[in-house]
Amino acid sequence: MSRARDPRSRIRNPAYPLVLPTWLVLGVFFLLPLTILFVISFAQRGTYGSLRPIEDFGHYVTSGKILANYARSLHPIYLQIFWRSLWMAVVTTVLCLALSYPVAYYIAVVAPPRRRNFLLGLAVVPFWTSFLIRTYAWMFLLRTEGLINRTLLSAGLVSHPLELLYNNFAVLIGLLYGEIPFMILPLFASLEKLDLSLLEASADLGASRASTFLRVTVPLTMPGIVAGIILVFVPSLGQFIVSDLLGGARTILAGNLIQNQFAVARNKPFGSAVAFELTAAVLALLFVYTIYTRKKGQDVLL
Amino acid sequence: MGSDHSVEIRGLTKRFGDVAAVDAVSMDIRRGEFFSLLGPSGCGKTTLLRMIGGFELPSEGRIAIDGADVTLRPPYERPVNMVFQHYALFPHLSVEANVAFGLRYKGVDRARQPEVVREALALVQLSGFEKRLPHQLSGGQRQRVALARALALKPSVLLLDEPLGALDQKLRKEVQVQLKHLQRELGITFIFVTHDQEEALTMSDRIAVMNRGRVEQMDEAARVFERPATEFVAHFMGAANFFSARVREAAGGTLSLALAAGGEVRLPLNGTRYRPDESVRFVVRPEKLDLRARDLSAHGVPSVAVTIEDRVYQGISTMWIVRDSADERFVVYEQNEKPFEEASRFAVGGRAFLCWNPSHAVVIRPEAEPS
Repeated sequence: MSRARDPRSRIRNPAYPLVLPTWLVLGVFFLLPLTILFVISFAQRGTYGSLRPIEDFGHYVTSGKILANYARSLHPIYLQIFWRSLWMAVVTTVLCLALSYPVAYYIAVVAPPRRRNFLLGLAVVPFWTSFLIRTYAWMFLLRTEGLINRTLLSAGLVSHPLELLYNNFAVLIGLLYGEIPFMILPLFASLEKLDLSLLEASADLGASRASTFLRVTVPLTMPGIVAGIILVFVPSLGQFIVSDLLGGARTILAGNLIQNQFAVARNKPFGSAVAFELTAAVLALLFVYTIYTRKKGQDVLL
Repeated sequence: MGSDHSVEIRGLTKRFGDVAAVDAVSMDIRRGEFFSLLGPSGCGKTTLLRMIGGFELPSEGRIAIDGADVTLRPPYERPVNMVFQHYALFPHLSVEANVAFGLRYKGVDRARQPEVVREALALVQLSGFEKRLPHQLSGGQRQRVALARALALKPSVLLLDEPLGALDQKLRKEVQVQLKHLQRELGITFIFVTHDQEEALTMSDRIAVMNRGRVEQMDEAARVFERPATEFVAHFMGAANFFSARVREAAGGTLSLALAAGGEVRLPLNGTRYRPDESVRFVVRPEKLDLRARDLSAHGVPSVAVTIEDRVYQGISTMWIVRDSADERFVVYEQNEKPFEEASRFAVGGRAFLCWNPSHAVVIRPEAEPS
């Protein structure tokens, strides 16, 4: 921590040229596209989806046309989509955390060490199949004549099929299912590092199991919790396949909005503006996380 | 169960699979004593301590603390606190918060907590370190925080699991004395686990020497040292001089033994009965052996003819390694009290007589050596 702040270390650091490939990759695959996105987001859509050439740049700026895409994105219709995306991402993240913590805790702390890799594998192996295929599989499970409804009907638990597909519920299920391993893995990583004698010390000092969990386990696995939240929240926010397949027309999320602008409406500038807004929001979040972990001197992700 | 006992253990057994880590151990630990569990690693001493603390449930047997049965109680319902081997300080909490951690469960008023913390830190001479985090402390300081954290709760028994293991030799000696001091001052029962016999001797009122899950000997520190009850204890306490002999006669307060190396020695009879011709072994501690140039058996001093194998100068003392005619090897420590020039009075390869005061010999019957 103090090493990074010491200006001398930067000059003397002999490993400096070694980070060049990293910068190259980041530059070509991250910074450059983002810059292009940023520039395009100030343009206007031309006929047939091309970019309209700007004749008088001064007038373009002063007339406010330069910010037209951003202004448009604040329209209630879009705000509603952003709000829904945010809400879905938050619910997904919270449910993910609630479901994953016990699982990760069991694998890392309770289960015998020799079974750990096997159990971790069980949590991860399904994700070797294509995400698209697994999402389709959910459609087969959830649709009106799907496995769940047929089972419920034949068991006599319901008289007519439940509406499980093409709503927020289905999207939530799909998101949860897709994101859970990204929560389990960082939680496992920090729970595995947890010194179990600290839990014994806590019990020894009089803390019940619940107190120990809240006062020792949670604070010490906070880096894993935060990492898991970011790893789940960020993709959930930009998700469009799940909402596209499981959500139907009424559950458009920010990701679908962007995809539509590029693929259907052929409005690249507006799509870019929305995409950039989303990226900026995510970057702001990561920035907060970095500040937080720097202060604590513990960092698992960045 | 008597009230002068702080901890009472009856038939305590802990099995891990087929292995009995602790095997039918019974002991009474007196109120306010410094009690050590001493033994090599894997002897069950830590498992025994952890059962007293409530971190392991016994397979069989009972534990009572202050007269109340706590065998099945969780750690947080026992009037004991533990100083862990690696201290187990909460890395995310300051020294102050570490020490205060358990106070709320003891019902210490929030307003009074800072005072209790201050007292506990003063006790271990760590005043002024309140705001530090554990990683900003040295090993010795961490150990003291762990001690303060446990003592702040005023336990009736303090358990210490090799708490000095991570300290360097010099600091260790200092802390041993401080701990003993603290224990006397507070009058709390200390149960101390160690594999270091010197450490146990320095601090303990009583010692239980453990081996393979069982208690080999439980006695006052000096008695364990001077009068080992078994070969294991004798070995472990560093009294590695074993003489093989056969009983010739046991009568009139004297045990007459024929040495394997030839010659006869007479030792005081300690009340044990011996059969004639029974084979026995006896130990004499290295510092209680003496090398002489002449055979003193005529004067009633046991003397065994030996060959000098080696001489190791150790500063305070000189270690002689000698061998008798039955090929038994002995170690003799001699204080270097004589002027340097006179100290090397025996030449390596030369002959001498091994002598000792008969009352320093401790007879141990041969035991079936566990494989």
